[in-house]
Amino acid sequence: METLTAKQKQYLEQPKVRISGSEAIVRCLLAEGVEILYGYPGGAIMPVYDELYKYEDEINHVLTRHEQCAAHAAQGYARISGKVGVAMATSGPGATNLITGIADAQIDSTPIVCITGQVPSHLLGSDAFQETDIVGISTPVTKWNHQITKASQIPEIIARAFYIARSGRPGPVLIDITKDAQFEEFDFQYKKCTGVRSYVPVPKTDQAAVAAAASIINTAKKPMIVWGQGVILGKAEEELKAVIEKTGIPAAWTILGASAIPTAHPLNIGMVGMHGNYAPNVLTNQCDVLIAIGMRFDDRVTGKLDEYATQAKIIHFEIDPSEIDKNVKVDVAVLGNAKESLSKLLALLNTNSHPEWLKKFNDLYDIEYNKVIKNDLHPTSEGLTMGEVIKEINIQTKGEAAIVSDVGQHQMIACRYADFNVSKSNITSGGLGTMGFALPAAIGAKMAAPEREVVAIIGDGGYQMTIQELGTIFQNKVPVKIVVLNNEFLGMVRQWQQLFFDKRYASTEMVNPNFVAIAQGYYIEAKKVTKREDLATAVKEMIQSKDSYFLEVCVEKENNVFPMVPSGASVSDIRLE
Amino acid sequence: MATEKQLYTISIYTENNIGLLNRISAIFQRRQINIESLNISVSEIEGVSRFTILVNMTEIDVKKILGQIEKQVEVIKAYYHMDEDTICQESCLFKIKSDLLFEERQIQNIIKESNARIVTVNKVFFVLEKSGRRSEIELLHRELSVFGIMQFVRSARIAVTKDELKITEMLNAFKN
Repeated sequence: METLTAKQKQYLEQPKVRISGSEAIVRCLLAEGVEILYGYPGGAIMPVYDELYKYEDEINHVLTRHEQCAAHAAQGYARISGKVGVAMATSGPGATNLITGIADAQIDSTPIVCITGQVPSHLLGSDAFQETDIVGISTPVTKWNHQITKASQIPEIIARAFYIARSGRPGPVLIDITKDAQFEEFDFQYKKCTGVRSYVPVPKTDQAAVAAAASIINTAKKPMIVWGQGVILGKAEEELKAVIEKTGIPAAWTILGASAIPTAHPLNIGMVGMHGNYAPNVLTNQCDVLIAIGMRFDDRVTGKLDEYATQAKIIHFEIDPSEIDKNVKVDVAVLGNAKESLSKLLALLNTNSHPEWLKKFNDLYDIEYNKVIKNDLHPTSEGLTMGEVIKEINIQTKGEAAIVSDVGQHQMIACRYADFNVSKSNITSGGLGTMGFALPAAIGAKMAAPEREVVAIIGDGGYQMTIQELGTIFQNKVPVKIVVLNNEFLGMVRQWQQLFFDKRYASTEMVNPNFVAIAQGYYIEAKKVTKREDLATAVKEMIQSKDSYFLEVCVEKENNVFPMVPSGASVSDIRLE
Repeated sequence: MATEKQLYTISIYTENNIGLLNRISAIFQRRQINIESLNISVSEIEGVSRFTILVNMTEIDVKKILGQIEKQVEVIKAYYHMDEDTICQESCLFKIKSDLLFEERQIQNIIKESNARIVTVNKVFFVLEKSGRRSEIELLHRELSVFGIMQFVRSARIAVTKDELKITEMLNAFKN
């Protein structure tokens, strides 16, 4: 149960009051505890903006420079705080610009509510100015969506939107509100939604399934855990840690599961998947029991499906019944919230340890260290590596920072090498792989958790997809730290071209502008590093800065990310070079 | 077995909301599955709609699709059935020139034997209605094609299951 703030209570279940639809929208947001929202005004949403002006002391609307970034900022806000992020846009292009962020939130199960203005209801379907069927367009990428044409529908639908976005497996909800409904007056009263009769957010955990899982785990000789974001979304970090420590089972994570258990934990054996660690990938195909917790067997995790852990009994802890057997056929499925199911499981588990099995992971780690990690973190070649930049950030932030990464080589390096001591610290676009995600998401993350250090790690390609958000950072004085790892290439695509397309570098080389000058144009302190001896000082200066800071690091142009499970290969055929 | 394509009837109980058809059909479209027929009507429960969808796919895929349908917020429950688990019917209308009714004695026999029903007759045309299994409708269509059909239309499959579906209990459980 969430606790309500005094401010929220002012707007909850008060006597009816006659106000406009647009004022009702703002009061609904306040009743839901929204303090910050991201958006961009326009014709069909102007009445709401007029109310936001009136309520500016109570709710902070942050003007992004593009609606896509309003959605990403809302995502960053949600990912670091566990609360619902809110984005707002006008009809037509404003609404369609949100779609990439919504699709990203859908595939990464991020709770956001997007509110769009719509042309007046009498113009619906007439190809009116800035009319687009945003409910139709957003249907396949939302958990739920709805169009409001009457002011009286506003409180119930917005209450439902927040409830659906945050409950069960979270996701994005879009509410489209016609302009006439925003103007219309009605008797407003807000009640929080506590249930929708056709919707079961959390399936019941079957005790028999838990018992079956426990008995398999208790007799396993070579068990392995792979956890995903479900652990973080379900607030089950402590339960997972307790399960791991009681049973001594080595545990690996998917990219979105990162940070749920501290990096340095002795049973944390690293990342699975295409650019994950060597040991958990190879040993996926040697374990006798694979325990998947709050993850969905994405193709980037499993590689070739019919050669994925076929020798193992598979147990799947999952909140979403449609994920069971979707990609990998499992032996035991335990439905429910990870926090509840893992605590039930814990009670049935025997205290155990698997020193010989764990040693296998450590032996393979040594191989990976010598072949890959050593050169990434302690390079002897002249050019800087992405890995040593991450290492330096680890040192300066002591692993306490939230790392917001974009998409590509730098993302894989950041997720592989960043130290995480705190949960909800790895904010990245996992499922959709949205370039341009990091800069706006970092804005949302920093504003949601101002006490945290937030470092955005971005490639030179993705940075230029949403570079205009430097304006938002400047105007709102958001002290995010921005690191661009510049290799003058769309590095991940270039890597594939090198490995699989005969080094035919089609449209991957980038001629870049003066990034430092651009940042300085937005009055953001900026520095460029090209030599190893300058790196540590520059990172230190960036972390010590109280304001936003831009650091460009020119890295080796044609470095590759390894290990790598080539597309279509089995996880155990992972390449080290 | 589970990997062979065959016809499945999918029954979905839903709230009656605008946009849900779009949401459900998008799930089939994503997986490149052609819907053979689709019917939406009221159900035995007030305010609850029933979708009946006929698809040709493997059982493995139909299960996955069902999960993705069921997770939609406004879907109460979804089921899939094989033909032997249901009583299913389709309905069709034939519009045929009235002359033929009098000139071709054979037509009268066909109507009688097929249990088809004449809905209306005027000087120009008559309309024949037939409900039944797909095969019966196809047989009638073949027989009448010989004489010429002015218009033909066949409805989607509708089906009830032999087993009980406990939707009301499910909805009541929510209230408590």
